[in-house]
Amino acid sequence: MTALLSAAGLNKSFGAVVAARDVHVDVAAGETIGVIGANGAGKTTFVNMVTGYLKPTSGTIRFAGEDVTRLPPRAIVRRGIGRSFQIPQVFGTMTAVENVLVALGVADARGLSPWRPFARPDVVGHARATLERFGIAAHGDSEARLLPQGVRKLLDVAIATVRRPRLLLLDEPTSGISAEEKFAVMETLMQALRAGQVTVLFVEHDMQIVGRYAGRVIAFYDGTVIADGPPDRVLDDADVRRHVIGEAHGRARP
Amino acid sequence: MDRTILGLLAILAAFLAGSLLLPSWAVSLATVALAKALVILGLLVLLRAGLVPFGQALFFALGAYGAGMALREAGSGDVVAGLFAGTAAAASAAVLLGFLMARYREIFFAMLSLAFSMLLYGLLVKNAALGGTDGFNVPAPTFLGWAPSPATARRVLLAVAAALAIGCHAAIHVYLRSTMGRLATAIRDNEIRVEYLGASVQRAIHVKFAIAGTLAGMGGVLTAFSAGHIDPGMSYWTASGEFVFVTVMGGAGSVLAPIAGSFLFEIVRTYAVEYAPQAWQAVVGAVLLVIILVLPGGLWSLFQRRRGTQPP
Repeated sequence: MTALLSAAGLNKSFGAVVAARDVHVDVAAGETIGVIGANGAGKTTFVNMVTGYLKPTSGTIRFAGEDVTRLPPRAIVRRGIGRSFQIPQVFGTMTAVENVLVALGVADARGLSPWRPFARPDVVGHARATLERFGIAAHGDSEARLLPQGVRKLLDVAIATVRRPRLLLLDEPTSGISAEEKFAVMETLMQALRAGQVTVLFVEHDMQIVGRYAGRVIAFYDGTVIADGPPDRVLDDADVRRHVIGEAHGRARP
Repeated sequence: MDRTILGLLAILAAFLAGSLLLPSWAVSLATVALAKALVILGLLVLLRAGLVPFGQALFFALGAYGAGMALREAGSGDVVAGLFAGTAAAASAAVLLGFLMARYREIFFAMLSLAFSMLLYGLLVKNAALGGTDGFNVPAPTFLGWAPSPATARRVLLAVAAALAIGCHAAIHVYLRSTMGRLATAIRDNEIRVEYLGASVQRAIHVKFAIAGTLAGMGGVLTAFSAGHIDPGMSYWTASGEFVFVTVMGGAGSVLAPIAGSFLFEIVRTYAVEYAPQAWQAVVGAVLLVIILVLPGGLWSLFQRRRGTQPP
């Protein structure tokens, strides 16, 4: 079976600081992967390298068989990789519906024509339906900068899915959200994403969420992968418990 | 039909009537106000993306000199030929400089633009063949072989300027409503997300810069014909400053704002120069101060009913 995403031997250093060392990750189509690790372990660096925000110092990234290692973000996005951000990256002064409209317009080959109106009734309907799938349709006409954090996080993912990516990377989808809301947000997210049959890789600190949603877990420590496999095995691994779960939460795994 | 387009058509009708009925001093004022409204319209396109060039007079002057030099070479005063030559000169310069400008933002963008405009100013001042600081005269306007009396020619020039300016305003109105146009707000809000949706921010800004330069060039040609004279002052930083000033005064809410702002500015300036020749800049400055304090969204916010959202 050929991997959808295949990252091999990725290294990244910022001067003397090594953010990634010899990272190998293969992702098969249809997987839901949880990425864990303490702060600074290299999780976001990995996401940033795959999506072209950072260029690896060495190593290769192949997506659907094609080498995408040094492509800029927009070229990678056009090939079918989407991402969300730890701090939601939305258009603050535009409404939630307008945020989706921008995404739809950019994704549509004819959308960037200088003459086609931005807010045609059919596209607005499509945009509202997208928000509906993520359970935030009620916030459609509010400016994004005024939305609660949980809604902004969902909006961030919603606009990333407009292009129907084959692989979606979610960087801490539940960070900054209250403990009570975390599961609700993750549940909405995963339902919306499963409907679109997208392969998901999410970075997460909450081991309960990882245990519940991930079909496979990858643990990072000090810039490299220290464990990779089924959740029970990885979450039980002695190294993972010492370096990841212990350091991150100071309590035993659920 | 769209209310803005209806408004533009009404303005066009008023100008066409005005070209027949207005006293001759008002004909010149109206022509210059329309010409400068084109420059300000271009600045509005950039302002929507959060970019303010402090050297837009570069393209204004390039349009004027491009037309003037071409016509002097050809020994003609044809307005259509002048418009083509001047606009093409400004547009090609804008496309070329856009490759560099699209990499910069904020104060760096503003200062780089200023630097280029002052570079042109320096070249024009030193160039004896182009009249140095004195500049040179533009022949009386003719229209595709028709050479009316100078008084009539001025009136025809106003009609041509009105048709051209209103046409450009309508086109930019449609453009601002498209995804390409709305991408400006998205870029101002969050460039990273625009890239991660699959669009090139740099290319979008390049296109906007080229549009703005082209419009400024067109405005420069019309101003040159209306004044009958061209000099390096058209590229000086105070000219650029004036364009930014009027853009802020008008506001970025609608394509009608540049016309309103440009007119108010020309009228205030004409009267200020008339009644306070030693202190007209102070009068103009006081007017801007009042507008900024009372109407932070520019003149246009007077007509805006919805608050909080930016109309297309």
